[in-house]
Amino acid sequence: MSKISVNGKAQEVERPISITELIKLNNVAQPEMVSIQLNGQFVNRDDFDNTQVAEGDELDFLYFMGGGSF
Amino acid sequence: MDFTEEQIQRYSRHILLQDVGVEGQEKINNGKVLIVGAGGLGAPIALYLAAAGVGTIGIIDGDVVDLSNLQRQVIHFTPDVNKPKVISAKEKINLINPDVKVIAYQKLLTAENALEIIQDYDFVVDGTDNFPVKFLINDACVIAKKPFSHGGILRFDGQTLTYKPGTACYRCLFHSPPPPNAVPTCSQAGVLGAIAGMLGTIQAAEVLKYLTGVGDLLTNRLLTFNAKTMEFRTIKSKPNDNCPVCGSHPTVTGLVDYEQAVCDIESHRKNKNK
Repeated sequence: MSKISVNGKAQEVERPISITELIKLNNVAQPEMVSIQLNGQFVNRDDFDNTQVAEGDELDFLYFMGGGSF
Repeated sequence: MDFTEEQIQRYSRHILLQDVGVEGQEKINNGKVLIVGAGGLGAPIALYLAAAGVGTIGIIDGDVVDLSNLQRQVIHFTPDVNKPKVISAKEKINLINPDVKVIAYQKLLTAENALEIIQDYDFVVDGTDNFPVKFLINDACVIAKKPFSHGGILRFDGQTLTYKPGTACYRCLFHSPPPPNAVPTCSQAGVLGAIAGMLGTIQAAEVLKYLTGVGDLLTNRLLTFNAKTMEFRTIKSKPNDNCPVCGSHPTVTGLVDYEQAVCDIESHRKNKNK
């Protein structure tokens, strides 16, 4: 069991998982539209599969927001 | 700059602030700010900057006021329906504060005109509703070394980031525009009207902070909030070395007009034909 934090909230994962798996686990509606920051560093989309999340990691999921004008 | 009695009275609540004072108010009155979009975000931004006495406010928008805008675009009133948004906005700004010089651009910001328009301003505020222009503003401001405020709202959520040369830009966080139609805009997904005011006034406060040099800007921090829970978060960021426009090997070196979501364009056409 690893304790991590996602968007400032504590989360537990049973085994080391990749960012791609973590996105699935969090039911992100449009995974291709989320930016991920791992411990303050942006992770390239191409590296989501091979980046493992470990105990103590802090992740931020950032979503596109478009609105404003019309 | 010598303030008249009337100006001292008008700006007295700023002048009373120890951090602002007469000097800070002078900086505001000498400030030149471009607001891109006279809609949900542009409305509160323009109203507060006008009231604050920002000397020159440029406002760019090619659209006309639609009845569906009035639920949140508080600078436009019912009799303004079908009026160009920049004209409606200019009228209100002048009514609030005749000190303000308003430059209205009744057109869209494009790759062709962006650098030329923004060069005259100290600060640019993104109040647009679509990703192509959000990325255009970012790229133009990074290339021209111009500070700007990014703002986005959707449904019950808002996010904002302030950029100054050397700090994380919008592309550091969001690498490239989503494919058209992949992410809904407000005109497709809806938005709680007051969210526009919540986010727009935060952006206006950032402008005033920038002009006066007071406090810490939302640089290298993305502020996000959800109005359902009223939870606010700031996510610390830093410049991303892989950023396509401000990273060490930039691939974006000029401006491009990205493709717009099809339904957005259609809804614009509909508005224009009304």
